[in-house]
Amino acid sequence: MKTFFALAGLLGCAGALAAEPPPAAPFPYFVANCFNCHGTEGNTKSAIPAIAGRERAYLEATLKAFKDGSKQATIMHQLAKGYTDEEIAVLADYFSRQR
Amino acid sequence: MKAFNPDRRRLLQAVGASATLAGAALLPAPGFAAAARPRRLGRVVVVGAGFGGATAAKYLRKWSGGAIEVVLIERNREFVSCPTSNEVLSGNREYESIVHSYDGLRKHWGIKVVHASVTAIDAERRRVRTDSAGEFAYDRLIVSPGIDFNFGAIAGYDDKAQESILHAWKAGPQTLALRKQLVDLADGGTYLLSIPKAPYRCPPGPYERASQIAHYFKTQKPRSKIIVLDANDQIISKGKLFSAVWQSDYKDIIEYRPGWNVTEVDAANRTVTSEIGDRERGDVLNLVPPQAAGRIARDAGLVNANDRWCAIDWITLESTAASHIHVLGDATLSAPLMPKSGHMANQHGKAAAAAIVEILSGRTPQPTLMANTCYSLVDDRRAIHVDSVHRYDPEKKAPIVVAGSGGVSSAPSVEEGLFTRAWARNIWSDVLN
Ligand SMILES: Cc1cc2nc3c(=O)[nH]c(=O)nc-3n(C[C@H](O)[C@H](O)[C@H](O)COP(=O)(O)OP(=O)(O)OC[C@H]3O[C@@H](n4cnc5c(N)ncnc54)[C@H](O)[C@@H]3O)c2cc1C
Ligand code: HEC
Repeated sequence: MKTFFALAGLLGCAGALAAEPPPAAPFPYFVANCFNCHGTEGNTKSAIPAIAGRERAYLEATLKAFKDGSKQATIMHQLAKGYTDEEIAVLADYFSRQR
Repeated sequence: MKAFNPDRRRLLQAVGASATLAGAALLPAPGFAAAARPRRLGRVVVVGAGFGGATAAKYLRKWSGGAIEVVLIERNREFVSCPTSNEVLSGNREYESIVHSYDGLRKHWGIKVVHASVTAIDAERRRVRTDSAGEFAYDRLIVSPGIDFNFGAIAGYDDKAQESILHAWKAGPQTLALRKQLVDLADGGTYLLSIPKAPYRCPPGPYERASQIAHYFKTQKPRSKIIVLDANDQIISKGKLFSAVWQSDYKDIIEYRPGWNVTEVDAANRTVTSEIGDRERGDVLNLVPPQAAGRIARDAGLVNANDRWCAIDWITLESTAASHIHVLGDATLSAPLMPKSGHMANQHGKAAAAAIVEILSGRTPQPTLMANTCYSLVDDRRAIHVDSVHRYDPEKKAPIVVAGSGGVSSAPSVEEGLFTRAWARNIWSDVLN
């Protein structure tokens, strides 16, 4: 949900959406922390896997498994520990919507 | 909430599509009558199209939906990547593969890329002057000039000496010239690398360079040696990992001397002297001098920390010395445990773009998370990394490493070698396309 409001605000045309525009919530800019490795918006064809358009539940479960150490990795287990569970939910939601 | 979904989905699709529409107006889906043209939010001028500046330029366009006009001023015609340039020195990579065009920023994002040198910044009138392309007015200015060298810290490292004694700490002609010196070196010759006291650009970079050149010697010039003179008292990044590789793979090649600060060079005799009078000789000298924020930052009065770096506000990345001017990348006074890296400069570029989009839209910018990763290739296939995630601390007013986040590789691996090359391709694309 958060993402939706944010994107609406970003477009600068939130007013056109409905008679009562949703309150502007900031765009979750931190999603771009993943772009330098996984490609802009999570799109890449490389050894580092693409994350754009993957199932939301898979992304969330995987990130949480990296975070709690139950999923092995070279680097994601260390990076995932920097994000709260709420932020992980935003990341999973955001990337699941990219194509 | 649910009732909005169909419209919002279309909205998202429009946003997704905008990524491929060269800085074009975001096209409204049917029913968005009022949004036919983007608002004009202002003009941002960016000085320096390296990892920080080029990223900021792209994300200003992307996140403003084309409503912010961006002029990107860069003195070089092409982007030459320092990351992976050490592989060019060892012959493990072609030089051409680290050279990239600025056309993507023009074509995909509608950025006005100007090739000129910025010679002056007038903070009061909000204008920058260039040597060959006139003046540009701005609403917000971003300065990401990278570093310049303090050759004066090494006596004898004058213009003449710089012709034959290279730093190769900015990728470009020096990368090729140093490669040639290494190729021309006779088997049995000595390569000498000196490292300045931290902070300097890319903490693991010198150790990666020593590893790459050691790999070259091991496979092509087995009688050659490397002397590393480090002004720091130990390997300052991924120390255990580098030491282990040097011990196991390059034991008879690399000789490492910590606490060895080069303060003088005799170019004719290829000899360096330390502050306590020790001497060392090499056939190829590669001296990396101490560094400071790029010259234009100093000229514009933005250098206000230790007479070397630019202090900034860590929410907006705005200079603490001048308003409406944001400073990024290596030129900044680094936050605690935040390295001067291309990865970090890319994050700075995004943070500054986000803050400026918010400011010019009349909203209050919020702190954003940042993360760093530095991969280093230790031979022709294997790599190691160090990484960290930084969260803004309102009391310290700086991004601080999240407790428990980040770390280093357990050991060099081929898998991480592949990830390193993928990282390079993906970050180049994230910065320039
Ligand atoms: C050997 C080596 C290996 C490295 N490896 C890695 C790595 O693996 N990973 C990593 O993350 N980082 C690495 N780095 C560090 C990385 O290159 C820098 O941290 C990064 O380039 C900093 O970005 P920046 O925008 O601050 O500066 P730069 O990328 O240097 O960009 C500054 C730009 O500004 C331009 N400029 C300056 N002044 C003016 C002016 N007055 N007018 C017009 N243009 C101007 C310059 O021409 C330049 O293009 C490495 C560095 C070296 C030297
Ligand atoms: C430094 C590079 C780097 C960054 C930054 C990075 N990743 Fe990763 N990611 C990787 C690598 C490498 C892998 C493969 C697993 C491993 O070895 O860590 C991976 C794997 C993943 C996977 C598993 C994909 C699959 O196919 O199962 C997900 C999900 C993921 N990353 C999400 C993210 C998100 C979200 C972010 C931003 C918060 C992010 N990553 C930031 C390098 C990175």
